[in-house]
Amino acid sequence: MCGIVGLLLKKPEMRDQLGALMLPMLIGMTERGPDSAGMAVFTDPVAADHRKLSLYSGTQAVDWPALQSALAAALGAAVEISVKQNHAVLATTAAPAAVKAWLKAHQPGIMVLSAGRSIDLYKDLGLPAEVARRYDFSHLSGSHLVGHTRMATESAVTVENAHPYTAGEDWCLVHNGSLSNPYQLRRELEPKGIEFDGDCDTEAACRYLEWRMREGDDLETAIEHGFTAFDGFYTFLMGTQTKLALVRDPFACKPALVAETDDYVAIASEFRSLAHLPDVKHATLFEPKPEHIYSWSI
Amino acid sequence: MNTAVTQMRETKEFDLARSKLRELNQFLHGDLGTVKQVRVLNPDGAHSIAVGVDAPVSIQIDGHAGYYAGGMNKLATITIEGNAGPGVAENMMSGRVHVKGFASVSAGASTHGGLLVIGGDAGLRCGISLKGGDIVVGGDVGAFSAFMAQAGRLVVCGDAAENLGDSLYEAVIYVRGHVKSLGADAQFEPMTDADYASVAELLAQAGMTHDPKTFKRIASARQLYHWNADANQEY
Amino acid sequence: MQTKPPPGAPSLEESWGYDRKTIDYIQRAAATGLYEIRGLGAKRRVPHFDDLLFLGASLSRYPLEGYREKCSSKTVLGTRFAKKPVELEMPITIAGMSFGALSANVKEALGRAATAVGSSTTTGDGGMTEEERRSSKTLVYQCLPSRYGFNPDDLRRADAVEVVIGQGAKPGGGGMLLGQKINPRVAQMRVLPEGVDQRSAARHPDWTGPDDLTIKILELREITDWRIPVYVKVGATRTYNDVKLAVHSGADVVVVDGMQGGTAATQTTFIENVGIPTLAALRQAVEALEDLNMVGKVQLIISGGIRSGADIAKALAMGADAVSIGQGMLMALGCNSDTYVQGGTHHSAIADYAKLGTAPGFCHHCHTGQCPVGVTTQDAVLEQRLQPEVGATRVRNYLKTMNMELTTIARACGKQNVHHLEREDLVALTVEAAAMAGVPLAGTQWVPGRDLTRT
Repeated sequence: MCGIVGLLLKKPEMRDQLGALMLPMLIGMTERGPDSAGMAVFTDPVAADHRKLSLYSGTQAVDWPALQSALAAALGAAVEISVKQNHAVLATTAAPAAVKAWLKAHQPGIMVLSAGRSIDLYKDLGLPAEVARRYDFSHLSGSHLVGHTRMATESAVTVENAHPYTAGEDWCLVHNGSLSNPYQLRRELEPKGIEFDGDCDTEAACRYLEWRMREGDDLETAIEHGFTAFDGFYTFLMGTQTKLALVRDPFACKPALVAETDDYVAIASEFRSLAHLPDVKHATLFEPKPEHIYSWSI
Repeated sequence: MNTAVTQMRETKEFDLARSKLRELNQFLHGDLGTVKQVRVLNPDGAHSIAVGVDAPVSIQIDGHAGYYAGGMNKLATITIEGNAGPGVAENMMSGRVHVKGFASVSAGASTHGGLLVIGGDAGLRCGISLKGGDIVVGGDVGAFSAFMAQAGRLVVCGDAAENLGDSLYEAVIYVRGHVKSLGADAQFEPMTDADYASVAELLAQAGMTHDPKTFKRIASARQLYHWNADANQEY
Repeated sequence: MQTKPPPGAPSLEESWGYDRKTIDYIQRAAATGLYEIRGLGAKRRVPHFDDLLFLGASLSRYPLEGYREKCSSKTVLGTRFAKKPVELEMPITIAGMSFGALSANVKEALGRAATAVGSSTTTGDGGMTEEERRSSKTLVYQCLPSRYGFNPDDLRRADAVEVVIGQGAKPGGGGMLLGQKINPRVAQMRVLPEGVDQRSAARHPDWTGPDDLTIKILELREITDWRIPVYVKVGATRTYNDVKLAVHSGADVVVVDGMQGGTAATQTTFIENVGIPTLAALRQAVEALEDLNMVGKVQLIISGGIRSGADIAKALAMGADAVSIGQGMLMALGCNSDTYVQGGTHHSAIADYAKLGTAPGFCHHCHTGQCPVGVTTQDAVLEQRLQPEVGATRVRNYLKTMNMELTTIARACGKQNVHHLEREDLVALTVEAAAMAGVPLAGTQWVPGRDLTRT
């Protein structure tokens, strides 16, 4: 199944430490999730007329400078790309939908992992420590993050099936557990024009919430609908531009623990991943109640 | 091996920041010699601390424990100076486990004997599948506590969440606070003098002071003990 | 089925969908308002080892001589992490069947037989009895959702521990034992009121999911000082995924029980409609181990309708390291036999079968506790019909016979070791069996559905 981590820093001056504080949390979840790992970080937003997209190139070689010029020319917009191993952050004044369409047509091997003004999203195959090293997680900075380590249960170990899942802009979700009606959800959503990337059960939950928010629900209302729609076991941790939200199913079989101080809110599947955090000895520690939506804002 | 021996000849310390869990448990399973007390430093949420102990030794865990702390305990007195993860004292046969903070889900699952004390709240399924052990919870218990509990006693000083005592066999539950809802085949019953005495005794053992007269008794209605097609049982 | 009518009489045509059996089912439901509960496993025909054949030696392959040239059947289980793996003389084990489902005499007979031939026995959903531990040299201790009788002392004196997630007869369900079998001893071991209709939990009380199973397995290892192997048993459903997850969780041995696997009592509808055939499950399990590069590191035991040396040979050829047998053992003991032995003579049991509404060869009434031959009963009178010495001899003979059949086939295929049988030694008689087992249809090179063999 999986391990989940979340961290929200209350003090802006701590933001440069986000990655350093998170790294032991993620490594602590290695046994729960040795197959693949993912991390969504929310940074200071880029300018209102800009958007950034996180891209995954896998092991294929990509001529990034050429791509940058071609894309900028095609869309008539500013495009900047910064690359790290199999990952790139593309900042642009073009609309994300246009960028996605161009990539689909010209570089179908590149996966778009996220879009928004704040979110940067990394996911890759391998042990958490390997993924963390590859993308230099310890130096990430931002206000809050959502991370995940995966032990695949039914779907394949691929990047498409790794978490976090995203929908729209500046929104992501990670899941520990197993939904028992994912295909039913999928078949309800696809006719409504919702597209799926992979075949992991988590994606069904993500797209369902995406649909509800598209229909005008705020996040909390969408999750309330989810209590009736989702069947199975789940702990969900979600991130938006300004918030972290956490919810557990009525049976609460999958673990979750929260540690809160004046400086941060930290969430993990096991206390082991929180033990190193500053002043955790005096943190308020609790386990979220089932069917109860918890959220924290920056 | 990086185990530090303190000034008291009879106390042994294990620092889990420096030694392996394996060393601690191996020591506890072996010949303890003159050691009467063991202290575990920096548990930091490690799993399976002090499991399968079979000796009348005192073990103090200085911090929070992960899953299954004190699992399958026999004879030992284990104190967790912090919180405990899922399955604390699971399948305990005898002895005592005391969690000063809160306990996660499935606390005291399937215990056959001994006493589990939880100072704070317990999560869902506290005392699930209980087989004769006693559990005293200072705070609240989560949903489905005492689910399929066969024998033994659960004392809850706070409130109980939904479905308390679902599919109860012969275990008895005493609750001081509010019960959100009862599970299938569980019912309130009048407290007898024997019940008041049980509660008083268990609270004393747990070091808690409440008036036994403020507790309510929940036991099995025994309607699901045998199949009966005409009774419209929920199967 | 059409009966030939006498001249002048109307002809009778039975419906396939609403046959005699289906009409009886509907009318029984109408009369009782409750599902039927019975013992044993799936009775419906499904693709099975019967549909596979061996390609023996000839010109391109040389056979071994029977008797003079050695064919080894030694089997080691649990080499991944345990200090003391299980070492057997044959790749055949006796499956978990509870004391409660079976009598104490039977548990002892099974233990003695296993010891005599170098096999192992398994406890079941009721805990470990003294008879069993005393009589069985190699005893696997089950850790089930119910945790009936589970305790650290028995865990420490077991030779392996088997974490049971499910069984083939009822994957997704828990154990069941009706009141008539909950006698004082059974009740005491399980901590239940006497005579209650017992239903075990379907989920473990203190863990769910492979991420938490990993932690549970570590706990069991810590309690036993990493001495004994940990088996993980699943009923066959999404077998490919389950075997991968069991390996990820740290299992030394994975046990997969196909839908033909038996039970002492559960709903008939469960037995016949949930779970996949052993043939299909075995193929998936082997592929999972191959994909993880764990063949030889994590051992695989297959069960569910294993009956003969030929079945065992085919299971090994497909990639199992060993098999586990439940129903076959009961039948060796006398289940469905016309007679039982008491006081040195054979007695007819036919009248007792008739009292249950059945007959030898058709009986599945383990749940009643009135086993006419004293096998699946707690009744003080009936259990005398199966004495441990008689039972032990029968089971020992059965095990020996199957192992001899296994080595005969292996030698005929040119193998010095039964574990050298491989799937290329097999062909299939039907398209379904070819697809499920992943072996070619006899006389062709066609394996249907090859691209879809991974789920």
